[in-house]
Amino acid sequence: MPETSHQDQPADGVPKDRAEWMGLLARAPERDLEAAWQALAPNLPEAGTGEYEFLRAPEQGLVMVQGRAGGDGNAFNLGEMTVTRCAVRLADGTVGHGYVAGRSARHAELAAVFDGLLQTDRWAALVTDRVILPVKTALGMAKAAKAAKTAATKVEFFTMVREQGAGPE
Amino acid sequence: MYVAVKGGEKAIDNAHALLAEERRGDTDVPELSLDQIKGQMGLAVDRVMGEGSLYDPDLGALAIKQAMGDLVEAVFLLRAYRTTLPRFAVSTPVDTAAMTIRRRISATFKDLPGGQVLGPTFDYTHRLLDFALAEDGPERKESAEKTDEGDGAAMTGPMPRVTDLLGREGLVERETGSEAATATDAPAADLTREPLGFPAGRDVRLQNLARADEGFLLALGYSTQRGYGRTHPFAGEIRMGEVAVEIVPEELGFAIEIGDITVTECQMINQFAGSATEPPQFTRGYGLVFGRSERKSMSMALVDRSLRARELGEDIVAPAQDEEFVLYHSDNVEAQGFVQHLKLPHYVDFQSELVLVRALREEAEARRREAAE
Repeated sequence: MPETSHQDQPADGVPKDRAEWMGLLARAPERDLEAAWQALAPNLPEAGTGEYEFLRAPEQGLVMVQGRAGGDGNAFNLGEMTVTRCAVRLADGTVGHGYVAGRSARHAELAAVFDGLLQTDRWAALVTDRVILPVKTALGMAKAAKAAKTAATKVEFFTMVREQGAGPE
Repeated sequence: MYVAVKGGEKAIDNAHALLAEERRGDTDVPELSLDQIKGQMGLAVDRVMGEGSLYDPDLGALAIKQAMGDLVEAVFLLRAYRTTLPRFAVSTPVDTAAMTIRRRISATFKDLPGGQVLGPTFDYTHRLLDFALAEDGPERKESAEKTDEGDGAAMTGPMPRVTDLLGREGLVERETGSEAATATDAPAADLTREPLGFPAGRDVRLQNLARADEGFLLALGYSTQRGYGRTHPFAGEIRMGEVAVEIVPEELGFAIEIGDITVTECQMINQFAGSATEPPQFTRGYGLVFGRSERKSMSMALVDRSLRARELGEDIVAPAQDEEFVLYHSDNVEAQGFVQHLKLPHYVDFQSELVLVRALREEAEARRREAAE
């Protein structure tokens, strides 16, 4: 895997490794990736990376999700989920992979293409800036909004005398 | 003797056309969209995904629409669909301690670290029909209160499980495999690949229960509370929220997350007097299910604990403790198939029974006449 120029000292919010950006691409709404691709694509051919071919066309399948007995014991099979994967080779030879929950072929394809571009010295910074960081911000905001609503349902007990040793601590 | 029976094709075609018409209902009413089912019938979708053992909200919604809201039929559709897809990977076990919490309560500790977080719950509602929901009209304002960001941030960090807190004092049993030394996981048994065998390991039982019929588990769990294999349970902790699903694709060789799924987990804490080898300590039952399904995860935890009777040296006296009884009858796809197969033609079987009954009656009649003479 080619080293990306920013991996040594990630700036604020920049993914620390490939696993992190692949996780973000998997969670990103497909329409956001599509919009980002439409905006970026015209710039790419000049560098010979605008074209890509499928090493593996988008393919739907299953992942068996495991849990652990008691949360921390031996593993067991909880059930399956749908997943779509795709592998592309950019014109410069870089290989990108996409694995995304669900059954969208296009989502897996876009994730693979961006994964490829993020591995190139030439495009990593631009794709990080235009695709990854906005996705990360949007996902973070959605999560924070949900968390704030959840926190509002936290019970505040009003007791006259606080019992000693009532909790497990 | 086999008798070839032909015909019926036309009737079947027409029956299916009639079904499609009934499914659509009154055409003056707009058709349901999958987004509406997914968004507004979410708990039905969750149940279908859980018992269908296939997490995909879009497919769950489609199955419910196709099955006209018959959830067991919808479960069947998902189970059938999954057989058409190849399996790419088995995930690393999800980490429920790292769950993004949307609900988390404990019936055993009021002041547990992280607090009691009610989330979206039917609890404390009065179960009175809300006729406001029956009215069309301007959109009701149904947005939830928010706290400030700082409080919200506490919901997204790791939240310790109640059983971990008790476990530190040695008052509750540790799960097999939870110590680092034994954490090298043997591959878990998989009911979708190997048939059920007995005695069944905990992995087999938990997989079976996770996709079991909710009604069946609820009734069995209830039976243990009423005395058929009592386990003295406490709801140590129930939590619901999102966990990341991680796989290690062969071609990459490192772990990546493919998305998040919603799960509900229940840690039941049960009494146990101790044994020759174990000091007195609490024992545990575990429930983990796809989606938001607190009732099912609690039922699962009760039944999981009951099924541990053998390993805990308890007498097996009740249905919920009998693993063959529970595991063989928990799957609603198998159960509905065998019950409903009675609808299929049994003409020849029945003909032979009819001949037999007639012969028996003639014999009985003849004996009666002889006795009378």
